[in-house]
Amino acid sequence: MRLIGCYECDGVAEEPLVPNGGSAVCQRCGATLFRRQRETVAITLALVIAAGILLIVANAFPLLLFELQGQQTSATLISGVLSLWAQAEYPVSALVFLTTIFAPMSQVALLLYVLVPIYLGWRNPWAIVAFRWVEILRPWSMMEVFLIGVLVALVKLTEQAEMTLGIAFWAFALLIPTLAGAIAFLDAEIIWRKLEEGQ
Amino acid sequence: MSQVVLPVEGPHVQCHTCNLVMSIPESIQDEHWECARCHSIVHQRKPNSIARTLALLIAATICYVPANIYPIMEMTSFGYKRSDTIVSGVLYLFIDGQWPLAVVVAVASVVVPLLKIVVLFGLVISVLRKSQWHPQDRAKLYRVIEEVGRWSMVDVYVVTILVALVHLGSLASVEVERGAIFFGAVVVLTLLAAQSFDPRLIWDQIEDENE
Repeated sequence: MRLIGCYECDGVAEEPLVPNGGSAVCQRCGATLFRRQRETVAITLALVIAAGILLIVANAFPLLLFELQGQQTSATLISGVLSLWAQAEYPVSALVFLTTIFAPMSQVALLLYVLVPIYLGWRNPWAIVAFRWVEILRPWSMMEVFLIGVLVALVKLTEQAEMTLGIAFWAFALLIPTLAGAIAFLDAEIIWRKLEEGQ
Repeated sequence: MSQVVLPVEGPHVQCHTCNLVMSIPESIQDEHWECARCHSIVHQRKPNSIARTLALLIAATICYVPANIYPIMEMTSFGYKRSDTIVSGVLYLFIDGQWPLAVVVAVASVVVPLLKIVVLFGLVISVLRKSQWHPQDRAKLYRVIEEVGRWSMVDVYVVTILVALVHLGSLASVEVERGAIFFGAVVVLTLLAAQSFDPRLIWDQIEDENE
């Protein structure tokens, strides 16, 4: 019999048997304790790989194309970070880099690092540290907010100039539900137990 | 560092990284204990939660003023310069007829950070006054405000895109202004403040009443 605890109200209870896809809710405070997903490794891995591909496209290609009086410019995610840096706005540049490039990329890389060995049945000594960092980085990944920012910028410029959405925009738009799906299907408890077994 | 085992009786502690519930022989307030599974440091409550949360909230409040007073960007178009604060940016969107977008930005950049600061202050005060007021609702409030806070980054990203995109010299260019870093600071400080607040403190007062 395993015990589970409520992270928010500190209640401790016996772990209930939850059907696949179902969730357990704390009796006292209503917080969701966990969602059981037995195929978590396979599904999450597939989604993380898809997310990784989309992430590469989203960074390699332009987000927006701007044309005014015959002159054309475009912006990628990196060019945004670098332009801020060039204007000596170092903290803002670092913050944008952290929340739109570093955190999402690290999450994908770390999840791959943890899930692939589990899936293939390999031993992986650093997987526990890696999986801890996935949890730590999670609040710092703000891509969906960034996407809305792109749309606002688009609208602000659209009456003065010719604006086109680039490939990276669509990659981003697809990336967000993909990564959200990966997080949703990630049953952390099952992963932790597999990591425990592997030790 | 000490390992812990899993009998059911007695006081327990939960690792806040991997959620493992562990039994502990006595209070672990003053010692360093490691989680048996993921080796993170384990606390019964986040250390100095109230003090840290208050400090971060006060810092965030101090930054909120210049974030809104200073412009966040200066746009040059056909030789004509225009400086925008967060609020003036919203007003321009309204004037341009972009109502839904104006509302989105107004809510995200003006309302959300203020709301987050006010709600977190309220939660801290409720814990300090040992309030019995609806703990489920307070817990829910905490969860919602924690999730919603990140949306105030919208304006920072808008400026980023504009700076990257609009660089045609005096024909059209965008420069970041002082307000941006204060605004980024508000987002980061409120994010850290929400992380340092321990929601279990809300329930501690209720438990004591029942004993």
